[in-house]
Amino acid sequence: MSRERRSAGFYVLAVFFTLFVIFLYGPISTILILSFQGPEGGLTFPMRGFSFHWFTRLFQQQAVGDFGGSFSRSLFLGLMVMITTVVVSLLAGLAFRRRFKGSALLFYLAIASLIVPSILVGLGVGITFQVLGIRPNWFTSGFGAHLTWTLPFGLLIMFAVFNRFNRSYEEAARDLGASPWQTFRNVVLPLILPSLIGVGLFGFTLSYDEFARSRMTMGSFNTLPLEITGMTTNVTTPVLYALGTVTTVFSLLVIGGALAAILLLRRRSARRA
Amino acid sequence: MTRILSRASAYLQALPLTVILLFFLVLPIGMLLVVSFWDYDFIRMYPDFIWLNYDEVVNSAVTWRVYGNTLKYCLIVWALCLFIGFWVAYFLAFHVRTLTMQMALFLICTVPFLTSNVIRMISWVPLLGRNGLLNQTLQNMGLIDEPLEFLLFSDFAVILAMVHLFTLFMVVPIFNTMMRIDRSLIEAARDGGANGLQILWNVIIPLTKPGIAIGSIFIVTLVMGDFVTTRFMSGGQSASVGSIISNQMGLLQYPSAAANAVILLIIVLVMVGAILRFVNIRKEL
Repeated sequence: MSRERRSAGFYVLAVFFTLFVIFLYGPISTILILSFQGPEGGLTFPMRGFSFHWFTRLFQQQAVGDFGGSFSRSLFLGLMVMITTVVVSLLAGLAFRRRFKGSALLFYLAIASLIVPSILVGLGVGITFQVLGIRPNWFTSGFGAHLTWTLPFGLLIMFAVFNRFNRSYEEAARDLGASPWQTFRNVVLPLILPSLIGVGLFGFTLSYDEFARSRMTMGSFNTLPLEITGMTTNVTTPVLYALGTVTTVFSLLVIGGALAAILLLRRRSARRA
Repeated sequence: MTRILSRASAYLQALPLTVILLFFLVLPIGMLLVVSFWDYDFIRMYPDFIWLNYDEVVNSAVTWRVYGNTLKYCLIVWALCLFIGFWVAYFLAFHVRTLTMQMALFLICTVPFLTSNVIRMISWVPLLGRNGLLNQTLQNMGLIDEPLEFLLFSDFAVILAMVHLFTLFMVVPIFNTMMRIDRSLIEAARDGGANGLQILWNVIIPLTKPGIAIGSIFIVTLVMGDFVTTRFMSGGQSASVGSIISNQMGLLQYPSAAANAVILLIIVLVMVGAILRFVNIRKEL
């Protein structure tokens, strides 16, 4: 293929794109740097030495509220939301491949779930539990409130997957005598597995970072974003940045792990084909 | 028999989603509507049918100003996100030549979306603060004598942080629609003698409208419902509808919060409805 020369527009836009990436990543990298601030250092530059002081402070219980507890709650909640999002969106995605009564209504309901501002869902779920006399808890009301945010994303990804799905694979399996379950298990599932990992990644990270929907629905124990937001008002040392660094690195590891799994699966299926 | 079974299985497969959305979306929104007519005191709320909670919103100059302020944020953030989002997506879709490179750059744009919003917000403090990096640099260069105060804890900071947090919601749908534009249409326009600008204006922008609409819906709902960014980045000096609701939640004035929530929801739905008049998003999936 002959390459045409790059136009001037390309260079302008390339610069614009680079600035955008700097805009996205610049602020967060200052936090990463400042979290290694020396023991005497403050919330802003200059760096007064380089140390792990604020990271060790982070793991001392009294320094910053309940970091361990809120982290493990966020982790478990994220995993619960992830598994539920994958299973429920997959099932719904399969359902939408056929016509069924109320499918349009369910579709609009899922879109509405995306459109209704998070704070209203949080408030609504909180009030509902209060009126019904059920004590809100992170694994009941909090779990449900998070699902209203992750499920529409999961469903939209499943739509994108099944709209591009080649039905002749299934027909071939059926012609060879596979039962519907065998067709699903041995043909459909391996083909859509990378996308399911994507759905899981969305489910986990969106829940792990969610704040607005958590505000009134977590009951007496905080999840990590609630804990961090509380800290912004009363913690005035770089320990806040250390916490930011730790959770961001954790998120990046999760994202990296999911992407590696997707690439691995793609490569393996490409080799088989 | 298998026909009936397969028909029934669609319902069974759709059931979990339906149940979750009914219980955690429809019921709570219905409950907001109901409770917005309830009475309350310091301790609890009482079932009732009063318009007082709505009267308080409608007859208060403060709330009108806050609603206006929220709409102002929404409009400015939307315009900025649209501008940035469009050109970023355009660059990715039409200037980056290999699919691998496109996906790699797209991923670079997407990763921050999957990390914590609160942390991304806090990260502006060491940059914009009174003794922040920007003020220090400008002072060292001798461009300013006093630190610039408007950088942090101001409307400027709120809008900057919102654009920072939300632009991605514009980039992704626009990129998605642009990638589906049939490249031969652009070839045809070029063969017909259209220049770059004409192609952009008469071919690409009209075909990108659905993506722009979806992105706009995201921005509208995110900004209209925001309360964390406004409170934190304005240092508590500015208010949004979300932060009023959040304050009322803190004071346990749930019926008042619910009334504001219902009004906010109506405003958001009207805005979304207006956007949807331009496109049919179901075609986009």
